[in-house]
Amino acid sequence: MSVASANRIDTRRLELIGIALIAVLILVLLPLVLDIFRLNLVGKYLTYAFVAIGLVLCWGQTGILSLGQGLFFGLGGYCMAAFLKLEASSVANTKIQSTPGIPDFMDWNQLTALPYFWVPFKSLPLALIAVIAVPTILAFILGAALFKRRVGGVYFAIITQALALVMTILIVGQQGYTGGINGITDLRTLLGWDIRTDGAKYVLYFICCILLLGTMFVARFVLASKLGRILVATRDKEDRVRFSGYDVANYKIFVFCLASAMAGVGGAMFTLQVGFMSPSFVGIVPSIDMVIFCAVGGRNSIVGAVAGTLLVNWAKTMFSEAFPELWLFAMGGLFIAVVVAFPRGIAGLMTDQIIPKFATKFATWKGPGRAEPSAAPAPAE
Amino acid sequence: MASSTDFLLALEAVSVSFDGFKAVNDLNLYIDYGELRVIIGPNGAGKTTVLDLICGRTRVSEGSIKFKDQEITACKEQEIVRRGIGRKFQTPTIYEDLTVFENLELSVPRGRDVAGALFWKRTDEVIERVREIAAMIFLQEQLDRSAETLSHGQKQWLEIGMLLIQDPELLMLDEPVAGMSVSERAKTAELLKEIIKNRSVIVIEHDMKFVESIAHRVTVLHQGKVLAEGDMQSVQNNPKVKEVYLGH
Repeated sequence: MSVASANRIDTRRLELIGIALIAVLILVLLPLVLDIFRLNLVGKYLTYAFVAIGLVLCWGQTGILSLGQGLFFGLGGYCMAAFLKLEASSVANTKIQSTPGIPDFMDWNQLTALPYFWVPFKSLPLALIAVIAVPTILAFILGAALFKRRVGGVYFAIITQALALVMTILIVGQQGYTGGINGITDLRTLLGWDIRTDGAKYVLYFICCILLLGTMFVARFVLASKLGRILVATRDKEDRVRFSGYDVANYKIFVFCLASAMAGVGGAMFTLQVGFMSPSFVGIVPSIDMVIFCAVGGRNSIVGAVAGTLLVNWAKTMFSEAFPELWLFAMGGLFIAVVVAFPRGIAGLMTDQIIPKFATKFATWKGPGRAEPSAAPAPAE
Repeated sequence: MASSTDFLLALEAVSVSFDGFKAVNDLNLYIDYGELRVIIGPNGAGKTTVLDLICGRTRVSEGSIKFKDQEITACKEQEIVRRGIGRKFQTPTIYEDLTVFENLELSVPRGRDVAGALFWKRTDEVIERVREIAAMIFLQEQLDRSAETLSHGQKQWLEIGMLLIQDPELLMLDEPVAGMSVSERAKTAELLKEIIKNRSVIVIEHDMKFVESIAHRVTVLHQGKVLAEGDMQSVQNNPKVKEVYLGH
């Protein structure tokens, strides 16, 4: 009777241990052993982990595969970049332009005034709200339009993918408003604080880590609530959930919005740490990359998603420094390996095989180990 | 059509067609409070379609369905459920990845909106209710088991339990004993007699012995229409019914 429940408690505890290990790794170990250039790279990878955690919620838990999470990542990133760009484009900095005080790319494209939708990004609080609100609102509109009509599965994946593509084309095409294919570059300061210095990079890295750990706990809270179980139930038997009186579409919209908000936060941290945002982080390829990070790590595990993101990106950096042309093949091979050999990802391997194996070894080793000390003190006393 | 009705459920002049094929054709069906009605009929008679229409899974092409004298043909599925109609599917439809307890807990008719589910508390009252229902459906010892490890018959019971916990006024069961062993069938018949005490039940069933053991009234459907209606005896002796079942 208690086997299933014992397993469940164990998974919860394992997850907490996993989060603690990740925290030690990114907060203590990596900052100690890596120089700031490498650490900044890790910080960049961690921003993708926000997206991967969102994918655990909506793909792993609920079964909604979004192939367009780059869209939300990009929107968050662009919102942050817009603020930084406006700050970098002060009249003093841009006096050589024909219209001083507007971002350089606007000037190159013969714009003579700041477009109205850029105006809110003069304010940092508004920009920070937008980082979360813009992806969430777009996800809400998309989710309401599709889930209420019961569009799901492959169709949903294709639509999200198409939207990511549309957004890339839009950004590239509207150069004067968006910075075009180059993206928004030459970002310098945040309220006068230079974000390009090594010190700033350290600070931003730790902010990113804290936000990521916070995101992990939010995801954990959602998954542990009744809502988390409803999501599993929806993945399993959608009709039964509906005929138990739940409005299934609302749950899907919620989880999709949450995943998109997380992606937006990740995007903003990307902009801050990397110092620019461009359409190459919005489109189909980065969106699919993020699905792969999540799949490799384990799409049912928050810890797995973060670990997977770090591992794949670390491998990518190592591999592409040595054999730049081969990385894409390796990535493809890795994805096939995941699908064929370990569909629950690294986290699945850990919880299903490695840990039980160790646990049995540990149990057999612990048995006599435990008996001895109880026997040993007796003669001593 | 706008006439008011004293019945719990009233289907009047209901038709539905799929690409011109009339699966249900000008059907009238009335279910009383506290009644156990069995619907039988040959394959393709439209039995499951009738349940689909009542619970909103399929939309009527014409006609009216009234529950407690309120039109429900335009309601969404979850609204119909919330008004008090529960439906069990033909194959056991339970959440395999969750435990028996969690399956029942999710069916407790509270905290059904997003916020309610996010901040749901597993109160003593909920636990008590789950245990009570689990005892009714013979699963009190299996509460912590993963639902996918249950036997087929237990899964059928679990789904019935998930409906009972919602305390619906009308319960619709689509072939509840399909695939059950003889002893499980007997237990299910007992369960049905227990369930019926507070509500009306519609059962679709093929197994005539089982029908005989439970039925108050039997409706025979044929080609989307009511062929005969009455107690088991009169239906069995009806020449039209014999013709449909025996082929002449």
